[in-house]
Amino acid sequence: MFARGIKRKCFDGEEDIEGTLAGFKAIPSYNLKRQSLLDMSLIKLQLCHMLVEPNLCRSVLIANTARQIQEEMTQDGTWQVINAQNTGQASLDQLASSDILCRSTKEQSDGKLIPSYSSFSKDFEDIQSQDIISDLSTVTSVQASRNPQGNVWEMENSPENRGNFQKSLDQIFGTLENKNPNSVEDLFSDVDNSYYDLDTVLTGTMSNTKMGHCDVLESFSSQTTTNSNINELDHIILHF
Amino acid sequence: LGLCCAPSCYPVPLSSEAGGGERSWILVCWLLVSTQVTLLSMEEDIDTRKINNSFLRDHSYATEADIISTVEFNHTGELLATGDKGGRVVIFQREQESKNQLHRRGEYNVYSTFQSHEPEFDYLKSLEIEEKINKIRWLPQQNAAYFLLSTNDKTVKLWKVSERDKRPEGYNLKDEDGRLRDPATITTLRVPVLRPMDLMVEATPRRVFANAHTYHINSISVNSDYETYMSADDLRINLWNFEITNQSFNIVDIKPANMEELTEVITAAEFHPLHCNTFVYSSSKGTIRLCDMRASALCDRHTKFFEEPEDPSNRSFFSEIISSISDVKFSHSGRYIMTRDYLTVKVWDLNMENRPIETYQVHDYLRSKLCSLYENDCIFDKFECVWNGSDSVIMTGSYNNFFRMFDRNTKRDVTLEASRENSKPRAILKPRKVCVGGKRRKDEISVDSLDFSKKILHTAWHPSENIIAVAATNNLYIFQDKVN
Repeated sequence: MFARGIKRKCFDGEEDIEGTLAGFKAIPSYNLKRQSLLDMSLIKLQLCHMLVEPNLCRSVLIANTARQIQEEMTQDGTWQVINAQNTGQASLDQLASSDILCRSTKEQSDGKLIPSYSSFSKDFEDIQSQDIISDLSTVTSVQASRNPQGNVWEMENSPENRGNFQKSLDQIFGTLENKNPNSVEDLFSDVDNSYYDLDTVLTGTMSNTKMGHCDVLESFSSQTTTNSNINELDHIILHF
Repeated sequence: LGLCCAPSCYPVPLSSEAGGGERSWILVCWLLVSTQVTLLSMEEDIDTRKINNSFLRDHSYATEADIISTVEFNHTGELLATGDKGGRVVIFQREQESKNQLHRRGEYNVYSTFQSHEPEFDYLKSLEIEEKINKIRWLPQQNAAYFLLSTNDKTVKLWKVSERDKRPEGYNLKDEDGRLRDPATITTLRVPVLRPMDLMVEATPRRVFANAHTYHINSISVNSDYETYMSADDLRINLWNFEITNQSFNIVDIKPANMEELTEVITAAEFHPLHCNTFVYSSSKGTIRLCDMRASALCDRHTKFFEEPEDPSNRSFFSEIISSISDVKFSHSGRYIMTRDYLTVKVWDLNMENRPIETYQVHDYLRSKLCSLYENDCIFDKFECVWNGSDSVIMTGSYNNFFRMFDRNTKRDVTLEASRENSKPRAILKPRKVCVGGKRRKDEISVDSLDFSKKILHTAWHPSENIIAVAATNNLYIFQDKVN
């Protein structure tokens, strides 16, 4: 199973980041676990973001961890890119984390979601209820569909995708910023926004109703600063 | 508040300074913090502060509000303060030594209980502000009263705790019950006199330092000038004068202009014990900065920067999280600082910035479990660490109600457990051992059997004697050394 001479790497705290790419590819479980860790990190960020006042230290540490994983994945070419024109089921399944960021309960209940969402949402619920690291089979079903997407997209779009990921993390901190204004003007200028955001969260409505991956990424790259506050939360709402 | 102390069998001689690794530790007191018990005690006669032991053992009275969140001895060790999640402060006082009851030395009884912080609601941000006491710091005693600072996430309060044992009697205009007398009945004039009364300990808030922190306060530290103190939150540190509550100076600000660029937060801060211009603060990236307030008004540029280079062989995705410093403490001498990160305690010499002079493994067997600990959030637990009075022994907590002591001189260490099941009063604590692999010996506990919900985050060491206080959820244990 493993190439001769390559040390089998134990994921928990002992992997050697400076190992070769060949080493990584020869151990599929490492990628799987790394992806699970990334998913877990993003879920944690979302959940702690849902708290009215998140623990800033914890949020920063989780975000840094997620960013680190994403950077490594970008470096060794496993960071998957969703092309705007590609609406195939496989590609939609790949960006599992963004899906978490973007789904709305309204669409789920209305049955508007395409089948891949439904299957993923079930998978996600499974992941939620079980130990993520141990239940590799669930993640495998998602991962298996990754391979058809060639590295072409990754290499071409990785810098942009890195920016997109960075933006999604930034947006999380952006909304943290909104909740903690540091001047009187900010205090008052943010009141309406935060109330709107809270309202949005509670009612589960979002301004962008077409929540396919493509739309999400398009809106990522077309952020305007004026509506940034509202758009930020739109993309960071987590619903089950 | 109840005190459960079993009578001892033999007198305990005064301790002499020796290593913590060689000493034997005995349980002196176990005190259960319980809301119900407190309510009961208020109705009781002050003379009978001790409550029926059997009542205390009923753990069903413990609530989440009773979880102890901070423990601190005062400068003489006579008083021990605890703060809990419910915003209460309970102060224990050491039993006075007397010839008749020599064995009772080292026991602490309830001295005062008061509600320091109440839950608040920030209407502008729609946020509830927790009343949990994050830190308590004592001021040195300057008169008959005791002063302490207590803080929750947003507000610091200065409390005065004083005794009253006399009251005036013989008023002219009101009778003994306090009711006003009919002026027509007053025919003589007298001077009220002070008569002894039952001792009453009262706590009054003298100052409230509010509205200075946008983020959660994690540390407060009294300056050696005894006129100022600092409060630190995730991104800023403010300097206060005890007399002025409507103003504070911001001395450290690491908030980036764009919050999206935030990657590091302040985790702890402390003033130098002797130099009133010097303080340190630690970060979530495992660094410590020493600042000199004489250099500039805003101490954004550090005087010294302590960071250990990363060990490439131990690198993982969790490296940064486990390097995040949860506590920083100056030694009493002021020569060293001690930092606690998730797996280790490190001692740094102020004169050497590039690496610590000592590193102690607290529970290295958790290194292979970091992923699970990340999943269940235990990896974010903030353990504190303390020096003993002579800076020769350091102590910190772990899981499964274990706590660890490291003797810096002999390099010996010991693991002890703070739990009712395993410690009888005055019995010697048995050292514990975690089995990391292979065959488990009879008294060892395997890593997988550890209870991660039982964590010792807060401990305190008497300033001059070998008496320690260990907080385990809502239980407070006081241990004392027994010289062999």
